[in-house]
Amino acid sequence: MKVKVISRSTDEFTRERSQDLQRVFRNFDPTLRSQEKAVEYVRALNAAKLDKIFARPFIGAMDGHRDSIKCMAKNPNYLKAIFSGSDDGDIRLWDMASRRTVCQFPGHQGAVQGLTVSTDGSILVSCGSDCTVRLWNVSDANLADSDNLSDNSAKPQAVYVWKNAFRAVDHQWDGDLFATAGAQVDIWNHNRSQPVNTFDWGSDTTISIRFNPGEPNILATSANDRSITLYDLRMSSPARKVIMRTKTNSIAWNPMEPMNFTAANEDCNCYSYDARKLEEAKCVHKDHVSAVMDIDFSPTGREFVTGSYDRTVRIFQYNGGHSREIYHTKRMQRVFCVKYSCDASYVISGSDDTNLRLWKAKASEQLGVVLPRERKKHEYLEAVKNRYKHLPEVKRIVRHRHLPKPVYKAANLRRTMIEAERRKEQRRKAHSAPGSIVTEPVRKRRIIKEVE
Amino acid sequence: MAAFWNSFDSEISGCDCLGDSHLRQAPGDSIASVPYISVTMAAKKENSDDEVDEKVKKYLRGEAANLEGVKDKKLKGQLAVREDLYGKSAKTAAKIEKWLLPSEGGYLEAEGIEKTWRIKQESIAREVDILSSRNQYDIVLPELGPYTLDFTSNGRYMAAAGRKGHLAIVDMKTLNLIKEIQVRETVRDVAYLHNELFFAAAQKKYPYIYNREGTELHCLKEHGPVLRLQFLKNHFLLASINKFGQLRYQDVTMGEMIGNFRTGLGRTDVMQVNPFNGVVALGHSSGTVTMWKPTSSVPLVKMLCHPGPVSSLAFHPNGHLMATSGRENKIKIWDLRKFEVIQTLPCHAKTLNFSQKGLLAAGTGSFIQILADFSGSQNYSSYMTHSMAKGYQVGKVLFRPYEDILGIGHSMGWSSILIPGSGEPNFDSWVANPFETSKQRREKEVHSLLDKLPPETIMLDPTKVGTVRVPQKKEKPTKKDVEAEMEAAIETAKDTEFKKKTKGRNKPSKRAKKRREMIDKAKRPFLEQQTQEHETSRKKQKTNPETEMPKSLQRFVRQKAT
Repeated sequence: MKVKVISRSTDEFTRERSQDLQRVFRNFDPTLRSQEKAVEYVRALNAAKLDKIFARPFIGAMDGHRDSIKCMAKNPNYLKAIFSGSDDGDIRLWDMASRRTVCQFPGHQGAVQGLTVSTDGSILVSCGSDCTVRLWNVSDANLADSDNLSDNSAKPQAVYVWKNAFRAVDHQWDGDLFATAGAQVDIWNHNRSQPVNTFDWGSDTTISIRFNPGEPNILATSANDRSITLYDLRMSSPARKVIMRTKTNSIAWNPMEPMNFTAANEDCNCYSYDARKLEEAKCVHKDHVSAVMDIDFSPTGREFVTGSYDRTVRIFQYNGGHSREIYHTKRMQRVFCVKYSCDASYVISGSDDTNLRLWKAKASEQLGVVLPRERKKHEYLEAVKNRYKHLPEVKRIVRHRHLPKPVYKAANLRRTMIEAERRKEQRRKAHSAPGSIVTEPVRKRRIIKEVE
Repeated sequence: MAAFWNSFDSEISGCDCLGDSHLRQAPGDSIASVPYISVTMAAKKENSDDEVDEKVKKYLRGEAANLEGVKDKKLKGQLAVREDLYGKSAKTAAKIEKWLLPSEGGYLEAEGIEKTWRIKQESIAREVDILSSRNQYDIVLPELGPYTLDFTSNGRYMAAAGRKGHLAIVDMKTLNLIKEIQVRETVRDVAYLHNELFFAAAQKKYPYIYNREGTELHCLKEHGPVLRLQFLKNHFLLASINKFGQLRYQDVTMGEMIGNFRTGLGRTDVMQVNPFNGVVALGHSSGTVTMWKPTSSVPLVKMLCHPGPVSSLAFHPNGHLMATSGRENKIKIWDLRKFEVIQTLPCHAKTLNFSQKGLLAAGTGSFIQILADFSGSQNYSSYMTHSMAKGYQVGKVLFRPYEDILGIGHSMGWSSILIPGSGEPNFDSWVANPFETSKQRREKEVHSLLDKLPPETIMLDPTKVGTVRVPQKKEKPTKKDVEAEMEAAIETAKDTEFKKKTKGRNKPSKRAKKRREMIDKAKRPFLEQQTQEHETSRKKQKTNPETEMPKSLQRFVRQKAT
């Protein structure tokens, strides 16, 4: 007879010393656990509720400017810093951790219209409506230098005066050139006081400009004639142009997929395009109720943040039609510029009320050092919430956001108008010969034409 | 070692959160490079692959989804990634089960012409180590009546209740008596609540809840004179059936009475909870077994199991098997998915219990029989037997969780015998930990309260949570079926015999008329149904003139008030 009985010796299953961790034994057999799906559902519900309890996205406001903030720039080498320029010519460097001004760059006579930092973090380029481009030295050594003047201001390295007021500036990635937008597109070198090259297509002012992160010679601009133009620096003439129905206020390239860019438009939508195929938008992101003023991509390339004239900041998924998150405050007025921080955790918005505001990118994220156990727990809760997010109870909690009343009403109004338009279109179709009226998809509808 | 184990920090079901970076490679992989051994190694590896495949099936929890019909490309991509992850985590879990579990199960194998059911407990005690043989004992307490037992879910503590009012809590690891109290009235049943700190005793007039110290915490007056108590772990519900056949569910966290139903089938003291889905099954004196959930006042299922009263009931931990026994000395094993009998065993059973590994203990008189299915095909046959001294009447048999021990409550006290192969050798610390410290117990209590399921989640098929409810279509009998029925009715009507009348009343014309009347009577219900259907379809047609009009004019059609 062969017999064996389960016999567990206590020392194998308990800890040896009191400083040791308790021993944990796992058996993943499904028969040991009953009603797993119901337990997961309850956990998903609790996770959704906890998320809402811990959702405090607003970190703080950076106060100091005396006029509305029109532009911001981030230094890719220094995570804590952000530059901002306002309508009275005041440029400041902020330390986001302490939310204080580190350094001021006085000099501009009129509004500062554009700010950009070179990729190695040494030069800050600013342009303004006083027809000047100023270069400032902002390498780390200089800023930490206590040799600065008592009021923490710095002197420009160079000032270049040109013919017309400038509207925007952007620096080439890994290069020496920067481009300004104004009456025409000018390409400058750091050391020359005159533009190296000029592009001109059409007679309208160019209002925004962006270099491609992947291909350093390509840049996209948007102009007052409702067009988006792509330029290649190696060719002497502009490459492609797409004309839409409304003006594009800002463009941002996807850092992870450099052939795609997203344009923030006056008609409250953002349009994502593939630069190789401009006849149709890849995705239309709809949720704002007023013109979208600025857009910036997260360094992960998976999300982007937009700031709009309707006093809200929204965060969208790169391929999603609707926003994932909306941030608003009573004190925040028209948002003119937004930036996503370089570690993908924070969003900075600059608005009409002279404040820069710092928000968390994920509203219920725990800041600071997260222990491995905590991190795993958060990941688990996120996963279980995503598994059941389509069930009505969980969906209701996850989707719920408080909207300010004007935004809510405006959104309802827009919805009614769009519905009415759609119904009329359907009836026109139904009352006419089948096939005579063709509905264009929204991705195409807003484009008038594409020009080579 | 502890840190290594702590890295497996995921809590539920191993899906989505397992990392497979901590696994060792199977030995077959590393040796396969040597040529002349590789053949045998390859064969071994194939066998082990088959085993792993079977285990993977268990961890997959069902079939993979068919993504052919999904047209949305984004959704299809996301679902494909998820299915891939499920497959990976199931494989990882199967490998862990094969290589990383610390203990192995017990077994009893007879050699030669020996049969396992002839082996006595004394011979087992001789072969087994001292610690295990300590677990074989008889506690004789003759004056205090038949005893019932209950174990906590980790098998560490036992509550014993004698009919004459003796309540005792014993720590089974050290065989220490923690507390015993005498309540001086009849105690019919005892049940542990979520941990060893609380237990409920069904006393003469009402059930009471006691502390581990023996302090009476609550007197549950609403339940009345309770015959049986059962605790639903995931929902924190205490279910009770009382002398008047009333089933009550009470939430022990807030004290709220969730359900109170009159079963309508009389007094019964056969009650069990199905651990798989949380339904409570009652066995009645009419031979029916009814299954209940707290949110409906009619039973979910009513099945006729035995020609006489049902004497006991037991559920297999996987939730698919149920064993019932009746007075006619038969045990029936039911498949709960189809509600069919799988097996009938000729065996007396006054009490039944399934172990974690699927062994069935049946006790009558002073004799206990253990049945096991060896092939895994649910064909139960005798495995072990145990007979106690003549005067000992077995009241309750209960397997101890995570141990190879069977606890027997009988009229002279309680006993414990060794049944190799009945318990699950590997426990999960986050489900039930026999080596729990008080800190761990407190943490677990908080976590299980957070995960407390609402009573609406109790349903016959617990995997339906989170799935799409399919709209039920009522099946209409086809035209052919209806006509066939009508023909059959006419035939039977034609075959009726008429009474032979006399005195000139039996004229052929009258007989023929009578016959025609019978046929018409048989046809009438079918014709009525037909006319009704015509009416409704005509009405429907009338109220839908929209269907005739072209699509563009449909909105101009005036809707008549119906």
